[in-house]
Amino acid sequence: MPPASWQAQVYAALKAARITQLAYVPDAGHAYLIEAAHADPAMRAVVLTTEEEGIAFAAGAWLGGQRAVLLMQSSGVGNCINMLSLPVNCRMPFLTLITMRGEWAEFNPWQVPMGTATPSVLTAAGVHVHRADHPGDAAEMVAASAALAFDSAVPVAVLFSQRLVGAKVFSK
Amino acid sequence: MRNDGTLDRRSVAATLLRDPGDLLVVTGLGAPSYDAAAAGDRPLNFYLWGAMGGAAMVGLGIALAQPHRRVLVLTGDGEMLMGMGSLATIAAAGAPNLAIAVLDNARYGETGSQRSHTGLATDLAAVAAACGWPATTTAHDMQEVEALRPRLRRESLFAAIRIASDELPRHLPPRDGAYLADRFRRALGIAQD
Repeated sequence: MPPASWQAQVYAALKAARITQLAYVPDAGHAYLIEAAHADPAMRAVVLTTEEEGIAFAAGAWLGGQRAVLLMQSSGVGNCINMLSLPVNCRMPFLTLITMRGEWAEFNPWQVPMGTATPSVLTAAGVHVHRADHPGDAAEMVAASAALAFDSAVPVAVLFSQRLVGAKVFSK
Repeated sequence: MRNDGTLDRRSVAATLLRDPGDLLVVTGLGAPSYDAAAAGDRPLNFYLWGAMGGAAMVGLGIALAQPHRRVLVLTGDGEMLMGMGSLATIAAAGAPNLAIAVLDNARYGETGSQRSHTGLATDLAAVAAACGWPATTTAHDMQEVEALRPRLRRESLFAAIRIASDELPRHLPPRDGAYLADRFRRALGIAQD
């Protein structure tokens, strides 16, 4: 049997962290996690119209006694900034997994500004930022970030680098 | 379109929140938070003082985590307009234990009473219906508001309530978010994680 993909290991890390709600804005880099969540009767998967909805959603899940994760792409980070005042002010855990664009063999220049700004704007908004560059690191990074978020009640983002996820191919 | 609201917002809130029992209440920033506090502060009220546009989604997160309890989001037209996409998200997710009541004065009351979209062009109940909400309504008088009270605790209902745009004295609830979150979770009996 081949070793599980790093995405499958990440999903297992979310399960091990007792996450039961997964909100997402669709993204090719998160496709495995999104499909796994929809196929899992013990995970509630919720599709969003915009990323900041997921911050408020995760806050509600926490108020209700459950743990949520938000999946998005780096282009969505800018939408989230004011809403991050919610977990920061309320001293709530918050975990988000972000696939990076605009940094590794990017074809679409419109992805570059937000990709470049992602780590610094998250940090400025009070989010702890971790980064996974290699397949072997990703699940451990998610597990450690979930522990930090939920045990220490802080917002944490894990950036999946574009090299790890694979650059989007535009020409067929 | 113009604001045709005549209802006193404090009377509306007091009616909707009368005998709340274990109703879980999330309020949008500004006057709806003051209205809910004026109706009676309680640990199962979670007041937003910011995070504009987020009230409905906080409600959805609670509703999915607590499927056997009722959740009511009480917010204003400006706050709901900022989170209008969440009406589609909630309808798509399906949350039979979640209802939203919008106190609609067609104004941005907190910033100088500028006119909002609901007084210029937009019918929020129609928006919710188009997003797929199974039940939507607009209330114009206190008899209709009284009838909303049980429906908001039973149905997946979106209700716009046309209130007058008078500015009332502020009735400020606690604003320490960590305190509000902690007392809400304790009141729900959630063990420290």
